[in-house]
Amino acid sequence: MSTAQAVKIGIAEMEVVVAPNVIRTCGLGSCVGVVIYDAGKAVAGMAHVMLPHSSMARGGVINAAKYADTAVEALAQLVMAAGGRKGMLKAKMAGGAQMFSFSTAGGDVMGIGARNVEEVKKQLERLHIPVVAEDVGGRNGRTIEFNPQTGVLSIRTATQEIKEI
Amino acid sequence: MDDIRNLTGMHIDILREIGNIGAGNAATALSTLLNKKIEMAVPRVQIATFAEMMELIGGPEQVVACVYLRIEGEAPGNMFFVLPPEQAERFVRRMIGDDAFSFQGEAHELGCSALQELGNILAGSYLSALADFTQLNLHPSVPALAIDMIGAVLSFGLLELSRVGDYAILIDTAIYDERRPDESINGHFFLLPDPDSFSIIFRALGVDGL
Repeated sequence: MSTAQAVKIGIAEMEVVVAPNVIRTCGLGSCVGVVIYDAGKAVAGMAHVMLPHSSMARGGVINAAKYADTAVEALAQLVMAAGGRKGMLKAKMAGGAQMFSFSTAGGDVMGIGARNVEEVKKQLERLHIPVVAEDVGGRNGRTIEFNPQTGVLSIRTATQEIKEI
Repeated sequence: MDDIRNLTGMHIDILREIGNIGAGNAATALSTLLNKKIEMAVPRVQIATFAEMMELIGGPEQVVACVYLRIEGEAPGNMFFVLPPEQAERFVRRMIGDDAFSFQGEAHELGCSALQELGNILAGSYLSALADFTQLNLHPSVPALAIDMIGAVLSFGLLELSRVGDYAILIDTAIYDERRPDESINGHFFLLPDPDSFSIIFRALGVDGL
């Protein structure tokens, strides 16, 4: 009997797992699921990012997992606290779709999927964490699961076959 | 609106009444359109974190047919009409008079237009009831359609709210028709007002905002 767990994170949340556990998030639309991992240590963190920049927040306490500009760094810290080694970290990402195509839905949230992807990449680059695989954009929702043991990110959509990157 | 968790019982009652009036009007429109009686459940007003909200509506992975439109005017927000894809297919078959229609088939575009039009009619009646009730100027954008995971479509409606906090207020009204189980309808209207719209709605109804 396996004791491996599938740790599930929700929208605007983040978490870290160590093998044999896997980590998943469901129903990514314009949101981006970003994974930072150290393959040698079989440790991985995932964040379900909603918005590109914390400057979009209107007061209150900022939930770091919600914004790309704060989530990436916070996630890298979490992964390192769980044993990940700086310099050995890699990233994979998925999501950032445009679910609806018309353009009347308020200025700030239009094209948010693409902006989320762009900001996640910018932050990863700033931290020198290479993006080794991605499945972003398009018009489909995605559910993703990362296995820190194998380093495989599997992606499920409503209509297509499961893709592994 | 500073913190939606400060809503009182009276505020919640008002939001429930909004769901009642709006969806009631839409259910009547649907009854007329399909020439059958459509029932409506008591609206649920849910205040939850985004992740909790996804669980409350059946889990983010559930695939739905979803008509989305933006509410424009004095109290902007987002509205979704959501139903299981096979029921959406049945609606479309009835509307375009083609018993073989499937979203996978060739008539896909016609079917999508029909479903958008249905969403337009229902959302239009929901909003006009709401506008009458509040005396606010509200009008729907052109509807958009997606058949996909509910988390992926509904999260779009959470973006404005997410800028203010980590909680959402969802006004959820189910409509259904149980007399013909083989043709049953089980749709949901989800209304997600923008953060600033709550005070505007409450004020329009003569109740102190937050």
